[in-house]
Amino acid sequence: MTITTGKKREKLDRLSELAARQDEQGVSVWQEAFRRLRRNPAAIVGAVIFALFVVVALVGPFLVPYSPTDTIGIREGLIRPGVIPGIDGDHWLGYDHQGRDEFSRLIVGARQTLLVGVVATLIGLAIGALIGGVAGTAAGLGGRWGRWIDSTLMRFIDMLLAMPSLLLAVSIAALLGPSLITVMIAVGVVSVPVFARLLRGSMISQSNSDYVLAATALGVKKSKIALTHVVPNSLAPVIVQATLTLATAIIEAAALSFLGLGNQNSAIPEWGVMLAEAQPYLGVRPGLAIYPAVAIIITALGFTLLGEAMREALDPKLRK
Amino acid sequence: MALLEVDDLSVTFARRGQRTVRAVDGVSFSVDAGEVVGLVGESGCGKSVTSLAIMGLLPKQPGLRVGGKAVFDGTDLLQLDDRSRRDIRGRDIAMIFQDPLSSLNPVVPIGVQVTEVLTRHRGMKGEAATKEAAQLLDRVGIPDPRRRLKEYPHQLSGGMRQRALIAMAVACQPRLLIADEPTTALDVTIQAQILELLKELVRDSGTALMMITHDLGVVAGLCDTVNVLYAGRVVETARRRPLFREPRHPYTVGLLGSVPRLDSGRGERLNPIPGSVRDVLPWPEGCAFAPRCTRRVDECVGEPPQLVLAHDGRSYRCVNPAPVPGATQAEAEDLYRATPTGDDAVAAVPTAAEPGSVPAQAVPTDPPAPPGLGSREEESS
Repeated sequence: MTITTGKKREKLDRLSELAARQDEQGVSVWQEAFRRLRRNPAAIVGAVIFALFVVVALVGPFLVPYSPTDTIGIREGLIRPGVIPGIDGDHWLGYDHQGRDEFSRLIVGARQTLLVGVVATLIGLAIGALIGGVAGTAAGLGGRWGRWIDSTLMRFIDMLLAMPSLLLAVSIAALLGPSLITVMIAVGVVSVPVFARLLRGSMISQSNSDYVLAATALGVKKSKIALTHVVPNSLAPVIVQATLTLATAIIEAAALSFLGLGNQNSAIPEWGVMLAEAQPYLGVRPGLAIYPAVAIIITALGFTLLGEAMREALDPKLRK
Repeated sequence: MALLEVDDLSVTFARRGQRTVRAVDGVSFSVDAGEVVGLVGESGCGKSVTSLAIMGLLPKQPGLRVGGKAVFDGTDLLQLDDRSRRDIRGRDIAMIFQDPLSSLNPVVPIGVQVTEVLTRHRGMKGEAATKEAAQLLDRVGIPDPRRRLKEYPHQLSGGMRQRALIAMAVACQPRLLIADEPTTALDVTIQAQILELLKELVRDSGTALMMITHDLGVVAGLCDTVNVLYAGRVVETARRRPLFREPRHPYTVGLLGSVPRLDSGRGERLNPIPGSVRDVLPWPEGCAFAPRCTRRVDECVGEPPQLVLAHDGRSYRCVNPAPVPGATQAEAEDLYRATPTGDDAVAAVPTAAEPGSVPAQAVPTDPPAPPGLGSREEESS
């Protein structure tokens, strides 16, 4: 079966090395998933919305026609009690209640919204993955201490999970005082339990798999197995959850801002704040509430579509 | 002294509120250096649990009790602490599992998984480890090894995955290789190739192989010595040829008789062993196989049958063993004593149907016909 010896083998080895370099060098599970993702129309729609949102958030503030803080409407006397002018040629979405250009505010607000969503998700992901990873490793290692660490951490997570998320977020925001950072922390903390439970459960199910047994049978250390075998295999659902959490984080951040716990500096527009400010003028100009609401919905929809598509692409059961 | 001496190994799982399960109930066997030993039996007879217990791989849970001894090269594996056990695993004893796909980590390239063993036990790193890994893959017959090292398990075929696992197992030239049904998940042609590879590795490196299987074809092609397990105990131990020529334990007879054969007539029915593995008698109350046995006698129930040692090292656990063809049981024993060179002497005995002078037995209705021993001789030789 072993074919060759000496020179011939060396030559074969070199040839095969060469072939390996030119060839695609092993398609990983991730690359495979990405391929399937590209074939899914929902994923494309989600990805386009996602990309558009990110581009707008990054470069939008430099391109807007008017300053988002310039009260043009008041200066020009267009805003009177009970009258807020609507769309005209220069102001695509009209003015807000202080006479500022609504379109510019919406564009500039995207950056704040993205910042809040991403930072909140990262906070939740970091803390949640840390807790879940430690608990999962401890549970996998077993022993009295392992079980103790695991159940202590998980009871803490259960406590967080037992509280309604909005109530928890409001309490945190109330404790820290209203600001943009407060919103990020509050929304992040709310998503911690989801990440922690997901990673722990995923790790435990992975550590019962055959390849972990096989690695154990080869004498590999438990800590090394946890790091090189269990964790990489457990990450897929966590990454999917992060995308989905981005959507809920944006909605929750908007909700907190709407409740007046968010950014107090109205010079920096944010969709949730815009929504809250539009409330008294619903009868006069319902558009002021509709625009930011639609923006929030489209963004959240994009993230959700992308997240769901990723979940499908990474699901080993749906793999052909 | 044998390389591995398993003595009275028992594994019990106790669960609160549930019946205590004795998965392995006093298994004893030995593996000599360079020998291929088979552990044969149907599902649930304790084959895999035995191997996992030897490796110390049974999941730690309250209620698990492992008793007896498994002495490997002078050390009792069951008494080792975790650290020294880890050192032995992969270096001195390695294991090959049933399902090659699930036994490989799906998100890590093959090369990383092979070098992992080399790093762990042989301290190799970097290019040296990669080179050695490529050589290992080449040795187990994977073409283009450098390229395969960079690939992921799902890109390899089933046979190649199993080869990669075998490469990992033999990376440190272990003295004992435990193969837990290594061919079950593969199709027949690949099975033959993998068995050929295992045979070659055993022959070339002098590694002892413990082969766990339910496939008598695998046993016939590979094993030197065969242990037949039933309900957690070894019921018959014999060299390969004597076992296939004249099985003594009725369970072995049943196993051999239930193998479908190409040369049997078209309309002929298979001869399954009646009943299922669940119809066991607990060993302390008699022979566990008695409820399904066609040769059951009154003595089977009451106390466990003792292990009977026959002349040439073979042994069986039965009070009413199947007779050697062409002779009554007593005559056969005499024959053994007269000509202790077993194999050839017995092969000369003309094969015949079951003799008339079988002791009184409580035969259930419709007993299966005795297996066609005559034609089996050609197969095993």
